[in-house]
Amino acid sequence: MKLLLEKAHIENIRLYDVYRREGGYRSVEKALKMTPDEIVDQVKRSGLRGRGGAGFPTGMKWSFIAKPEGVPRHLVCNADESEPGTFKDRYLMEFIPHLLIEGLIVSSFALGSNVTYIYIRGEYAWIVDILEQAIIEAKNNGWLGKNIQGTGFDCEIYVQRGAGAYICGEETALIESLEGKRGNPRIKPPFPAVKGVWDRPTVVNNVETLAAVVPIINMGGDEYAKIGVGKSTGTKLISACGNLNKPGVYEIDMTISVEEFIYSDKYCGGIANGRKLKACIPGGSSVPILPANLLLKTAKGETRYMNYESLSDGGFATGSMMGSGGFIVLDEDQCVVRHTLTLARFYRHESCGQCSPCREGTGWMEKILKNIEYGKGKMSDIDLLWDIQSRIEGNTICPLGDAAAWPVAAAIRHFRDEFEWHVFNPDECLKRNYGLAHYADERALAV
Amino acid sequence: MSSFSQAQMIEFNRLVARYPEGKQKSALLPVLHLAQESFGGWLSAETMDYVASLLGVEPIEVYEVATFYSMYNLKPVGKYMFEVCQTGPCMLRGSDSIIAYIEEKLGIKPGETTLDGMFTLKTVECLGACGYAPMMQLGKHYREHLTSEKVDAIIEECRKNAAMNN
Ligand SMILES: Cc1cc2nc3c(=O)[nH]c(=O)nc-3n(C[C@H](O)[C@H](O)[C@H](O)COP(=O)(O)O)c2cc1C
Ligand code: SF4
Ligand code: FES
Repeated sequence: MKLLLEKAHIENIRLYDVYRREGGYRSVEKALKMTPDEIVDQVKRSGLRGRGGAGFPTGMKWSFIAKPEGVPRHLVCNADESEPGTFKDRYLMEFIPHLLIEGLIVSSFALGSNVTYIYIRGEYAWIVDILEQAIIEAKNNGWLGKNIQGTGFDCEIYVQRGAGAYICGEETALIESLEGKRGNPRIKPPFPAVKGVWDRPTVVNNVETLAAVVPIINMGGDEYAKIGVGKSTGTKLISACGNLNKPGVYEIDMTISVEEFIYSDKYCGGIANGRKLKACIPGGSSVPILPANLLLKTAKGETRYMNYESLSDGGFATGSMMGSGGFIVLDEDQCVVRHTLTLARFYRHESCGQCSPCREGTGWMEKILKNIEYGKGKMSDIDLLWDIQSRIEGNTICPLGDAAAWPVAAAIRHFRDEFEWHVFNPDECLKRNYGLAHYADERALAV
Repeated sequence: MSSFSQAQMIEFNRLVARYPEGKQKSALLPVLHLAQESFGGWLSAETMDYVASLLGVEPIEVYEVATFYSMYNLKPVGKYMFEVCQTGPCMLRGSDSIIAYIEEKLGIKPGETTLDGMFTLKTVECLGACGYAPMMQLGKHYREHLTSEKVDAIIEECRKNAAMNN
């Protein structure tokens, strides 16, 4: 089932006239006849969970926004999308920008935001133009500006470009950046819902979350909640990458199995070059890597599905997370140590440096991983790595510290033998891969 | 000392008008982008001081920001900057060999600029194009599904463009 990308491939859907002809902006018409509280209620009923990574219920988040008399409130759309493996928001904004603008208008009305910002990563420079064009068109057609559709509601949307910093995806760092400062996360509380941008009550939501408000209003929250399974309602965009036959962005309802997603021709079409599946990071670089056997089946031997609950089944010991939906696949020829090294380098590069466990720990982990990967590692380094990651987790201002620790922890937990092989075979590590060994799934071996 | 042209001033005013009264510092990131594009692809101390005076903030506030974000260049760069992604998903699809190929072809290492000032090679972290790897950013746009042939063609294209603009 497709709710967001159904119309993304209609020719010229980027243009207002085509988008409108295809039923666009109906949710705004409907929403403006409702009260803001009714809209929040529909979003609550839909069961929508934040699509930026944390999966927090959106309706509940909205109901927390403080409403002090005379103080403006702001909605900020998080389009920073910098988690390695994640490129779904880009797809949505690039191909069907009016869907985001439509969702933003409805959401701004629900939250009482008269000035709404889209904070987009600086590298998506051409998408800024696409969004600004869509905003101009929406305004020319009376969906933005003063007294929208005669309701007395005023709303402007502005696009703010970041300048290259993963940390600005974290909502309080994003707010700092929007204020023209370095992206140093703030200590919470106060939460943005009380004191956000310019100390005003602020809601920060992901692009996909805000776009999903459109079908929720169109079909009603209860109907939306019927799609999917359990607490994984609606549809989810998955950006699939790595060694797949058909990497790309797929909209799924969260009832399909991981196996179907990887092997079916409707989705990723199997592993590239006839190779076998070795491992996968199913929810963006920050979530734990899983070997093939634990990816396709849970530790209990049950089929694993592409939804919040199933992907995290088994906790960190044998499970992972839905995260941002960045689905990274490694084939049998890939080296887990090398892949983990690139992620450690990424987190070292992106640490804002405020907390010493994160600032020092990320650099230290990168250095040790580099030694191991380049044949200069010792057995004790593996334990040291484990020790460092465990000291970062939970000891920092923002979750980037955890995000840096988890991939290293999971790599050692599931692929310790591969790290040891690097230590024992210093001359081989850059030439040859350790191989599939025992963690491969039968299916992976058979294909 | 360079300053914004009339057209650039119009853009500057458009950017500043997006924020509430007294919060014009919020325009700092977009204004630094504008300054970098307007003054040769990098931010000199002079340029940063100019931006500070335009926004009515202290120069130190501008330096703090310019040094934090990876897209601001604090020293001159080549006319064309190849920003090649090297993070995990791109590595899985061969970004290491693309980087090595560019190094060999242009005779420079990451962080360096060719002697003629034409090309700078920079390695960067995930740009949100992981499914279309290997990839690089060139100016405002992404070049995806890179191969050595594609790299050759891009270098050719840049040389031609530069010759035409001279
Ligand atoms: C280091 C870090 C990076 C993040 N990057 C993003 C991002 O690029 N996009 C995003 O939507 N959320 C990101 N988040 C999550 C945001 O902090 C926030 O939870 C999210 O924008 C809330 O929106 P949602 O409830 O709609 O998901 C990041 C969090 C952390 C800790
Ligand atoms: S955990 Fe890392 S990124 Fe987050 S505030 Fe601390 S130093 Fe900065
Ligand atoms: S890892 Fe290269 S674009 Fe994401």
